[in-house]
Amino acid sequence: MSDSQTAVHVLKHHFRDMEQQNETAGFGMWLFLVTEIMFFGGLFCAYLIYRYLYFDSFAAASSTIDVKWGAINTAVLICSSLTMAMAVHSAALGKRKALVAFLVLTIILGSMFLGIKAKEYYDKFEENHVPGPNYHFIVEPEMTQHFHAIDQAKTEIFFSLYFIMTGLHATHMVVGFGLLVWLIIASMKGKFSPGYYSPVEMVGLYWHFVDIVWIWLFPLLYLISRHH
Amino acid sequence: MSEHIVSPKIYVAVFLALLVFTGLTYGIALINLGPLNPLVAIVIAMIKSLLVILFFMHVKYSPKMTKVTIISGFFFLIILLGLSMTDYISRPWAGSTPKAAQTDAPRQ
Repeated sequence: MSDSQTAVHVLKHHFRDMEQQNETAGFGMWLFLVTEIMFFGGLFCAYLIYRYLYFDSFAAASSTIDVKWGAINTAVLICSSLTMAMAVHSAALGKRKALVAFLVLTIILGSMFLGIKAKEYYDKFEENHVPGPNYHFIVEPEMTQHFHAIDQAKTEIFFSLYFIMTGLHATHMVVGFGLLVWLIIASMKGKFSPGYYSPVEMVGLYWHFVDIVWIWLFPLLYLISRHH
Repeated sequence: MSEHIVSPKIYVAVFLALLVFTGLTYGIALINLGPLNPLVAIVIAMIKSLLVILFFMHVKYSPKMTKVTIISGFFFLIILLGLSMTDYISRPWAGSTPKAAQTDAPRQ
């Protein structure tokens, strides 16, 4: 099937041509992502205010998180962004097998990320660092050497933000899995062609956005004050 | 599709740059640079975000309308964060080291 035939088939009647349809899809997706920027932006704003007000408690609480897992997860997510970009690239060239393979790889890397995240959450439960009735933060002597004003209640604010921000991020990844499964099924059925692969491209934008959120969460939550 | 098809070489280069910057942000966090520590972390995260937006998200090759939409999004994010923080930073009684509050106390 030639591209022009596919294009006629997938062109919605309210668009002039495929170019206009594709540009509209991209524009609409970005409008959605702008609302997502503001959605996460509210949490980042809360984080900044409390980090400014209770810096010592935030630095002490952050120093109890294992950086190793956060760093590995950052690398895993960057890998998944590469496989997603390659999936879009394969779709643009009409390579169906490569498209399916890269989408599957993206899901596998995303699952690795969530698996590591689950391990980190488990550790937080073990340490009683989950906000709630069982919350307990032990102030180590070396912490007080560097941070003078550590307050257990304020460290709980840090962990509340930690769980809300990483939790909202993880929720976005779960939504991403659903979208990826949908793309894999559609691409195996041969729904996409070099003339029409907007859905792959739009899910790609979403996936990269989720990656960018993590690019900010990693230094803000894991690396507040690590040089002691 | 009318848009530019990016070479996988560029994707791999961006990917490697992102990994290097991740290592860099971790390495620099271990060195005491005083107030520069958070600044460096923010600059590196900005560079990483920009790389993802421009190349992985193809914004470098996107129509002007899309670019303006994205810039307006970040513009309003900066208003949200900037105005909120100027408020809190300019409160003398707030902050983890409330110097002004300490010096004020004996006067009362």
